[in-house]
Amino acid sequence: MKVAAYVGGIGVLGPGLGNWPDASAVLSGQRPYAPAPTVLPMPTLLPATERRRTGRVVKLALAVALEATTRAGAEPAHLPSVFSSSGGDGHNCHEICQALALEPREISPTRFSNSVHNASSGYWSIATGAERESTVLCAFDASFCAGLLEALTQVVVDEESILLVAYDSEYPDPLHAKRPVPDAFGTALVLTPHREAGSLARIEATLGCEPIDSLTDPHLEALRVSIPAARSLPLLRQLAMHERGRTVLEYLDVSNAIVQVDPCN
Amino acid sequence: MRPLLLKEFTAASCIGLGLDQTLKSLVEQRSGLKICEFETVNLDTHIGEVAGVDAERLPADLQRFDCRNNRLAELALRQDGFFQAVQQAASRWGRKRTGVFIGTSTAGILQTELAYRERDLLTGALPANFDYGATHNSFSVADFLRRRLQLEGPAVVVSCACASSAKVFGSARRMIEADLIDAAVVGGVDSLCLTTLYGFHSLQLCSTGPCRPFDIARDGISIGEAAAFALLERVPDMLNSDAVLLLGIGESSDAYHMSAPHPEGRGARRAMQAALSAAGLEPGAIDYINLHGTGTPSNDRSESQAITSVFGPTTPCSSTKGATGHTLGAAGALEAVISALALQHALIPGGAQTAHVDPTLTAHYVRENRRTPVARVLSNSFGFGGTNCTLILGRAG
Repeated sequence: MKVAAYVGGIGVLGPGLGNWPDASAVLSGQRPYAPAPTVLPMPTLLPATERRRTGRVVKLALAVALEATTRAGAEPAHLPSVFSSSGGDGHNCHEICQALALEPREISPTRFSNSVHNASSGYWSIATGAERESTVLCAFDASFCAGLLEALTQVVVDEESILLVAYDSEYPDPLHAKRPVPDAFGTALVLTPHREAGSLARIEATLGCEPIDSLTDPHLEALRVSIPAARSLPLLRQLAMHERGRTVLEYLDVSNAIVQVDPCN
Repeated sequence: MRPLLLKEFTAASCIGLGLDQTLKSLVEQRSGLKICEFETVNLDTHIGEVAGVDAERLPADLQRFDCRNNRLAELALRQDGFFQAVQQAASRWGRKRTGVFIGTSTAGILQTELAYRERDLLTGALPANFDYGATHNSFSVADFLRRRLQLEGPAVVVSCACASSAKVFGSARRMIEADLIDAAVVGGVDSLCLTTLYGFHSLQLCSTGPCRPFDIARDGISIGEAAAFALLERVPDMLNSDAVLLLGIGESSDAYHMSAPHPEGRGARRAMQAALSAAGLEPGAIDYINLHGTGTPSNDRSESQAITSVFGPTTPCSSTKGATGHTLGAAGALEAVISALALQHALIPGGAQTAHVDPTLTAHYVRENRRTPVARVLSNSFGFGGTNCTLILGRAG
């Protein structure tokens, strides 16, 4: 079976990719990709007291979520959301594990509150006043596709628009050596059940066993394979090209996601 | 929403391995909480520890997944013929048409906590045999289970703090409804670790004694661990009257605070109302509410206000966390299983440990067991980040 939705707005932030128009120009070949460390903006959506408490992964998630909803002209407070991340806040996790390995074992209450995998979703709802349901997923390297499937099924079953946010950032050492995610990358999509004035494309996904698509630029391909959320890049490239086509995204070892993209104009 | 069948279910917690032991503990109002002697933890608190987890062994080909969390999952899989029931479902529907949806908050992070004590003195490196993806990563438990059960459908972990394994029912339902799958293994697995024990302690949310939900002297939670599973399928034409159905799910966000509930339980109320609406039921149709009921002063007050605003002051409710402890990411699934037992065995379980119900809490808290027919149960799960999920389960007849 297939699940489909319309893409109403896109957000992207990653190494050398500042936003969706920027990423779109790179992915469609209009300008070359120049890798550079990801620059994360301050989450000005949040009250100052909360803003100080947020780590890199929260700043990342909020930035791409805000870009996607703004471009879609969607009111964030009204949207249900799906957040999907392979690892959450790696720096916060490191600090907790380090503190627990020492005596006395004291961890800060804020660090513990921020350690939940759904911290980004919580801060997003506080920042935007979104009281709708928000599901927060993890599927290791398959986290982007898991989020996409969850979001598409929600659109289809509930016949409602939804915000999908997929994001990952790095662990510091020593965990970095075991999970070498090099930097922060995130993307967000506003998905709607019906075509709207600003719809960019219709996407339709199904599961299959076809070989996954890679990217020809070696730096972009390195980005795709090194950060789980960047497994979305072949889909983003197809959307950037404004061309009809299909792309196969990496999911689990037993199946991949085949996504048909039909531009709206 | 279209109801789903809980074709099989099981649980392992500190009140029992499997349904018989769990039911017996509920009938006897026995609590499994005891003084914390877990690992090297030096906190003055009570915990709900599952017996026999350390002795559990994973199959040889899945050794890289070895950690307390996955051992607990393996232990629960062996109860009540659940493993075999999943194999039958996979044969019937196809391995690619059977999904895995598991809630956890900390997965196998204990493995990382232990590895940080063994860092190389010169380089700071973690031990060579430490496997992040198969133990620490949130997905490790779903990855272990899909391999253990040889399932090839969609697999995912929902990690929404203490609402995680209630929310998996929603993800599975949507996948079945969208016809991507025909059957789903849903559940929750969360095991004791230092992060949660010391973390809740840092927030001064842990009781020193066994937790006493809704008690006038309640002073915090007791952390527990559990694995609980259900096999979800579409409702067939023929059903036994004691078959258990998932009738409704409601989810919401507080949009209020990362670690404190909304004072009037605004998000909790919305989740309960959404679940009733999804089930097409009026509040009066609910016979028993299995509370989130953690035993902190603010959580219980907020939930009581939310319940009274939806149901008034008469619907019987209790928290089973005085018996099991707060099993965090496994709580939603564990309490769904307890709710299913309440339906099948005509039991409203009284809240263990609670001696004097706080008179300022207006919800109708039940301390003593009641043997009375129960047709529909509502079960609440709320978590950090202001995430809320309510399930409604009911008997087929």
